[in-house]
Amino acid sequence: MDWISLELTAAGFYANKYCCAHWRVGHPPREEAASVTHPPSPSEHALARQGSAPLDLLQILVDLQSSQGCLSAEVLEEVSHALSMPLAQVRGVAEFYHLFSRYSPCRYRVLFADNVIERLAGMESLLIRLCEHLGIDPGKVRCDHRVMVGTTSCIGLSDQGPAALVNGLPITRLDAQRIDAMAEHIEQTIPVGDWPSEWFQVTPNLLRADHLLAEPWEVGAALGVLARQGAAEVLDCLDQARLRGMGGAGFPTASKWRSCRDTPADRRFVVCNADEGEPGTFKDRLLLQSHAHQIIEGMTLCAAIVGANHGVIYLRGEYAFLLPGLLGVLEQARQSERLGTIIRGFPGFSFDISVEVGAGAYVCGEESALLESLEGRRGNPRIRPPYPTQRGYLGAPTVVNNVETFAAAARIVANGEEAYRLAGRGEPGTKLHSVSGDCPRPGIYELPAGTPVRELLELCGAQDTGAVQVGGAAGTLLSPAEFDRRLGFEDLPSTGSFMIFNRRRDPINVVQRFTHFFAEESCGFCTPCRVGTALLRDLADKLFQGRAAPRDLDDMHRISRLLKSTSLCGLGATAPNPVLDLLHRFPAQVQARLCRADQQPAFDLDAALAPARALTGRDD
Amino acid sequence: MTRPRIATASLAGCFGCHMSFLDIDERLFELVRHVDFDRTPLTDIKAIGPCDVGLIEGGCANAENVEVLRAFRQQCKALVALGACAINGGIPAMRNQFSLQEILAESYLDGMGLDQGQIPNDPEIPLLLDKVYPIHEVVQVDHFLPGCPPSGDAIWTFLQELLSGQAIRLPYTQIHYD
Amino acid sequence: MTAYFQIDGVPIPFESGQTIMDAALAAGQYIPHLCHNPEFRPHGSCRVCTVRADGRFVAACTFPASEGAKVECASDELRELRNGLLQMLFVEGNHVCPGCEKSGACQLQAVAYYCEMLAPELPHFFPRRHVDASHPDLAIDYGRCILCELCVRASREVDGKSIFAIGGRGIKAHLLVDSPSGKLGDTDMSVHDKAAHVCPVGAILIKHRGYDRPIGQRLYDQRPVSVVGDVIQAEETRDD
Ligand SMILES: Cc1cc2nc3c(=O)[nH]c(=O)nc-3n(C[C@H](O)[C@H](O)[C@H](O)COP(=O)(O)O)c2cc1C
Ligand code: SF4
Ligand code: SF4
Ligand code: SF4
Repeated sequence: MDWISLELTAAGFYANKYCCAHWRVGHPPREEAASVTHPPSPSEHALARQGSAPLDLLQILVDLQSSQGCLSAEVLEEVSHALSMPLAQVRGVAEFYHLFSRYSPCRYRVLFADNVIERLAGMESLLIRLCEHLGIDPGKVRCDHRVMVGTTSCIGLSDQGPAALVNGLPITRLDAQRIDAMAEHIEQTIPVGDWPSEWFQVTPNLLRADHLLAEPWEVGAALGVLARQGAAEVLDCLDQARLRGMGGAGFPTASKWRSCRDTPADRRFVVCNADEGEPGTFKDRLLLQSHAHQIIEGMTLCAAIVGANHGVIYLRGEYAFLLPGLLGVLEQARQSERLGTIIRGFPGFSFDISVEVGAGAYVCGEESALLESLEGRRGNPRIRPPYPTQRGYLGAPTVVNNVETFAAAARIVANGEEAYRLAGRGEPGTKLHSVSGDCPRPGIYELPAGTPVRELLELCGAQDTGAVQVGGAAGTLLSPAEFDRRLGFEDLPSTGSFMIFNRRRDPINVVQRFTHFFAEESCGFCTPCRVGTALLRDLADKLFQGRAAPRDLDDMHRISRLLKSTSLCGLGATAPNPVLDLLHRFPAQVQARLCRADQQPAFDLDAALAPARALTGRDD
Repeated sequence: MTRPRIATASLAGCFGCHMSFLDIDERLFELVRHVDFDRTPLTDIKAIGPCDVGLIEGGCANAENVEVLRAFRQQCKALVALGACAINGGIPAMRNQFSLQEILAESYLDGMGLDQGQIPNDPEIPLLLDKVYPIHEVVQVDHFLPGCPPSGDAIWTFLQELLSGQAIRLPYTQIHYD
Repeated sequence: MTAYFQIDGVPIPFESGQTIMDAALAAGQYIPHLCHNPEFRPHGSCRVCTVRADGRFVAACTFPASEGAKVECASDELRELRNGLLQMLFVEGNHVCPGCEKSGACQLQAVAYYCEMLAPELPHFFPRRHVDASHPDLAIDYGRCILCELCVRASREVDGKSIFAIGGRGIKAHLLVDSPSGKLGDTDMSVHDKAAHVCPVGAILIKHRGYDRPIGQRLYDQRPVSVVGDVIQAEETRDD
């Protein structure tokens, strides 16, 4: 398959990754790869780059997907042999992640971001347009192995979409013209690396900065405080600031760090959760792209306090384009003795950070699934207890925090807890919101905690708003009656996603898209979520198409209850939120869409008869 | 006091549930002392009138099944899915593993021993649905009595409880799916 | 002094480190379950053993027992949840019990009987799933697999073969067999392997011995699973 060159990857993706001395620190010493035959096969290359222990499986597959354009049956067999791992297990991992393709190889793989925001911005017609130009059906590889066009969940570019990944690299601001040009480039076999660079432009898009980002980060500021005041003081400072996790659950950060520190162990880890998979969230993208030093300092602070020597950034596969920049920043930090075996101001303390790349799985943002993924396996959440701070990465106590949490911790320690507390309105701190949808100024807004929804709508220029989804698909769907509610832990906690829908949008359509998202992203491990998300998806489709009866709404409630009470992880427990919000907050729209078959479940006789009519030529 | 009226029908089933109904044996005499039968293969009445209870054997495999089922739903206060096929399609639903196209081709075009086959298209024959459906996916169903078939005893327990307005609770040995 | 917690008011003794399920089973208190088998590490995927421990919904098979905890198991609310989970397991696969060799000695069926589930009242998926009869002594009907991973665990932990794994995800999650063809006949699976005997349902079947007991005399025909026990242990101690 050598006609598919490494141009598939972000410029220098592997070159960079490879030259960093510590890009995969923290793994147990591994055996040498099997003796290399000549010429080495692609999987041998990948093994040489990524290691050859079962723990490295996911990274090996990421590498192979990138260099080969697909994970073919032969490649998976080679990997299974090389790692002495059962083939079924290798296949199981390859089948888990969206960004892997197990089709035949193809030179160009185009995956449109399929979030509701992109749908409302016309993503479907763009996809069809591209498929028509290329003469293919969505999801199928063209018979000349040149191209396939499909969809994937939100890729964190809703502020500059519609967007698509082409061989893993995001193209933003798609319109008919760009689609036409892409089709031409594909037909002319122009390598993706030679496509116009402005297509790949991802703007940071920070439209309002506050306590966290207003001032440039002064490298070393937080560590300096730690060196002067000691760990106990710093933890107290974070406590007094009342810093809570920004990834969704809102767990007090200092308590988490303490719990990890206090668990007896001979090694500990710090993991930065850069999976940012909640639809409509892209604030971590900004932090990783433009504020990586601040994140690194937050992680180092945490490591110094809990006693960890290794940190990992789990970067979602969709953000692989940020990898070269991130690796560059890490290298700078090593050069200036802020990472590595010598850390300025902390004699005897060593700490380094590696980056591991995901491959498309929302559930891997769930901290225990993330750890499974880091260990190279399917991203199934773990049974808790034990919690990661007790038994996390490689069985050792581990702090998992969101990107923004680390950045905020660094800022709080540098600027003092009082500044943080005063930055909020009624509760401490600030929060980054990723604004997308029906407004003239989508982008990232840092706002004081406690800011009313209405103010953010005004800031971004939204008019005639009919609904807002706060906190992503798993969050809260608000009707205009609630726009005075406040964004913050006290009232409306958020993962930082803020999707705006004007009054012409159909809330049922919005919620229907979210049910598809959850059904697509359920890991399938536990019964309620595996089956329940698919049932809710089908019921939401029915409702959207005007085929649902009142009885179907009862089923929605019943299934939602099951998901909420019996799911293993937060994905299943929150998956019914949009459906329940729709039923509670938009009853008029729902009632108007029901078919009036009384208590009957709606059965579409004509659809069920269509094949027989076609086969017999009858029309009765 | 008017006597409860019962109707029964077999859709895509094998009549086994009806046979089992007859297996309540001498208790049938007691039953007819308390109820009247409307449409059922037992009376050979062809059109259903207003009823208290409708017992449905079999799932929905074709357009006629749907029509009969809807008529029952309209006329019956309580509709009962009687037996495995009504409940989840049963053995006939094993055809749901194939498309209708594959099934008809195998049966009428490419099957062993067929010469110049043809898919029947006589309008007398009810049109097949794309799959066999459990009846609760087509109409609202009030009660389910599992079994392939449910035993005479289970049917008897069920009818006694239903007609006396009690909650349905079958003893352990009377609940089975086969 | 022995520590106790309560299940529906009944005091259950436990040792530190035991889960609610371990302690309950040891005390002869039945909690419905499917993916749990005391011979293997707890898995927590079927969720059928969901109980309320001090108000919180947890899976009994993975949640540690703790002194004084009040565990609810038989409430109407939990019955309804359990019933719903069982219904989900039925509708996601193809369970035509009248045509299944395992019928009467199937744990999914037995637990559903115990929970008085009369019918899966949800829309049925009718997934297209095949049957793998390539192995001389064993067959797999994928339409009946409930993804309990007992075969996965048995093959890995007891047989040391890792013949099974899970692929796909969400509702498309499915059992994988460890051979390039994906066929069981191309693996070194033996009918004497533990993995050939742990399937609680009729997904992994041993050939040449179907329908060997008349209706009425099958494992769960007369007595419920709470009395008879799990199919795996019951079959292992089977006298014939
Ligand atoms: C389905 C699911 C997806 C999640 N995705 C993310 C994510 O993308 N990023 C994140 O930081 N936290 C995510 N979380 C929350 C994490 O489990 C965890 O709580 C968080 O990383 C802890 O960091 P924090 O305390 O700094 O918020 C997710 C949780 C669930 C249940
Ligand atoms: S709730 Fe969903 S995502 Fe979470 S473990 Fe269960 S199946 Fe997987
Ligand atoms: S596996 Fe059990 S529940 Fe499924 S068809 Fe067989 S007997 Fe019925
Ligand atoms: S085949 Fe049987 S043992 Fe294996 S996962 Fe499926 S149901 Fe469980």
